[in-house]
Amino acid sequence: MLDDFEMVAGVEVHTELWTKTKIFCGCTTEFGGEQNTHVCPVCLGLPGVLPVLNRQVVEYAIKTGLALNSEIAEFSKFDRKNYYYPDLPKNFQTSQYDLPICIGGHVEIEVDGVKKKVGITRAHMEEDAGKLVHSGATISTSDTSFVDYNRTGVPLLEIVSEPDLRSIDETVAYLEKLVQILEYIEVSDCKMEQGSVRFDINVSLRPIGSDKLGTRTETKNLNSFSSVRRCLEYEIERQAEVLREGGKVSQETRTWDEAKGITLSLRSKEEAHDYRYFPEPDLVPMLIDREWVERVRQTLPELPDARRLRLMGLGLSDYDAGVIINSKALAEFFDAALAQFNDAKTLVNWVTGDFLGTLKAKGLPVQLSPVNPEGLAELLNLVAKGTINGKIAKSVLEEMFATGKGAAQIVQDKGLVQISDEGAIAAIVTQVIEANPQSVADFKAGKERAIGFLVGQVMKASKGKANPGLVNKLLQEQLAQL
Amino acid sequence: MKISKEQVEHVAMLARLELTEAEQEIYTEQLNSILDYAALLDKLDTQGVEPMAHALPLKNVFRDDVVQPSISQARALANAPDAEEGFFKVPKIV
Repeated sequence: MLDDFEMVAGVEVHTELWTKTKIFCGCTTEFGGEQNTHVCPVCLGLPGVLPVLNRQVVEYAIKTGLALNSEIAEFSKFDRKNYYYPDLPKNFQTSQYDLPICIGGHVEIEVDGVKKKVGITRAHMEEDAGKLVHSGATISTSDTSFVDYNRTGVPLLEIVSEPDLRSIDETVAYLEKLVQILEYIEVSDCKMEQGSVRFDINVSLRPIGSDKLGTRTETKNLNSFSSVRRCLEYEIERQAEVLREGGKVSQETRTWDEAKGITLSLRSKEEAHDYRYFPEPDLVPMLIDREWVERVRQTLPELPDARRLRLMGLGLSDYDAGVIINSKALAEFFDAALAQFNDAKTLVNWVTGDFLGTLKAKGLPVQLSPVNPEGLAELLNLVAKGTINGKIAKSVLEEMFATGKGAAQIVQDKGLVQISDEGAIAAIVTQVIEANPQSVADFKAGKERAIGFLVGQVMKASKGKANPGLVNKLLQEQLAQL
Repeated sequence: MKISKEQVEHVAMLARLELTEAEQEIYTEQLNSILDYAALLDKLDTQGVEPMAHALPLKNVFRDDVVQPSISQARALANAPDAEEGFFKVPKIV
C-alpha cells in the first residue's frame, strides 16, 4: 500500500440475472450456442419491433434490492442510453436513468476483524450488449471485428456502490460479499468465468489527511477477484507516480490487460460520456405495489450474515462458521446433516476436516460429493452411539467416498464394530503387558509416556476396533495391580 | 432557450452525422424554431402536475419468462452489410 496517498474506490457490478429468456424478448439466455442463433427482431433492434419486459427480471431486481437493504421504488421506468458501439445493434442501450428500481442500501464487510458498512447508491435493470471478437490481437490493432448478438438483451442488474472503499482488501471483501449474496438469493448463476458477474472499478487517490476527492479513472469489465486486486495494485501505483511528479490524473475509461497486468486508456476525450438519456417510449412505466415487494421478501432465504450468527449460536467458532457459510452449497449440506446429527461442533470438525479435505483432494464441488449429508450424519451417529470409534470412522468415510456405500453397510461388511466388551479387551491388555515387559518397567519407573505405546499395541491387536476409553481404563487398572 | 451552432456540431458528432457548414446553419435555425414553438408550453401553469414518463395511461406490461423460438442465423444475417462465419462483420472500431 501507499504511505503518501489514500485510495478512494467505488464499484459498479453488472450481474446477469438468472432468467430463462432475455429482458425484452423470448430468446433464450443460455450461455454459448452458435453465434447469432439466440436472436430475434427485438434483440437485433430491427425497425418496428416492440419490446415487452420480462416479469421475472423485475422480481429478481426487487429480491436483490431487499437483500442489499435498498428501498424498492414505487415508480420506476426505463430510459435510452445513446451511444454508438457495434456490440449494441440499436445504437442505444435500454437502461434506467433517473428512476432506478433499487435506491440506497448497504453491504456489511469485515477486513482484519473490523466491520464496515459499504453504501449502495442504486441498482438498475438494463440489457447486456453483444460479444465482439477482433481480427487482430487487440481492438486498436484490428481492421475488422466480428459481432455475436446472442448475449444482447440478456438481463443485467447494475449495482453501484458509494465511493466508500479505502483499500484493495476492502474492495475485494465487498465484491466477494456481494457475489456471495447474489449466489445465496439465486438471482444469478454467478459464473464469473462465463462473465455472469463483471466489475467496473472507479478509483482515485488523495493525499493522506485530505477529504477532497481526487480525479478518478474507471477500469471496465474485470471478471475475477484476483484481476480486481492486480488491477488496483497497478492503477493506484500508476496514479501515485503521476501525482508525485506533480502531474494530473486524467479522468478516463481504462481497460485491464490481464496478460500484461496493466491498465490502458480506452477512450479519447472527445468521446466523453454524453449519453443523452431520454425515457424509453416503447416500454410503459412500472408501479411496484408493496404487496408485490412483500411477496418477494417471503422468498428471501437466510442470508450469509444471519446464517453465520445462527451457526455461532450453535457453538461454532467465528472461523468455522465462516468456512461453512462461504458457499451456499456447503451451508446447505451442513444444515441437512445437522438435521440428522445434532452435535454441531462435532459435525463442523468432520465437515471442515476429513470431508472437505477429501473433496478437495478429489477436486469435487460439494454438490457432486459422493457422500451426502444423510450419509455423513449416519456415520457420525455410529460414532456417537459407540458402534465404531473415531479412528475407524475416518477409514469408513474414505470407503464411503470410494464406493458410495452407506456407513452402516461398510461397518457391517468389514466387521468394524467397536469392541466394548470389557472381558475381551482385558484379555488383550493382559497379553500386551506380558509381551512388553520393558515398557511396563518404564511405566513403573515413572515414564508416563510408556502407556501410550501400550495403548497403541492393544489397539493394533484389536485391529483398531477396541473402544479407546476402555483400553485406557483397563490398562491403567492392570498396571496398577502389578 | 437558444441552440448554438457549436451544440449542433456536437450533437451531429455524437450521432455520427457529417454536416457541411451550410447544413449546420440550416439545422441550427430549424432546431431553434422548433424549440421556440415548443416553448409555447412554458405558458401553461404546470403546478401540481406530475412529470409524465409515458404518453399512454398504461403501467406494468409484462411477459412471462417463457422461451420463444429465435430466428435462424441466416435470417439474422440476411440484411447485414457484411458477414463472415455466422458473425456480423464490422469495420475498425477504434
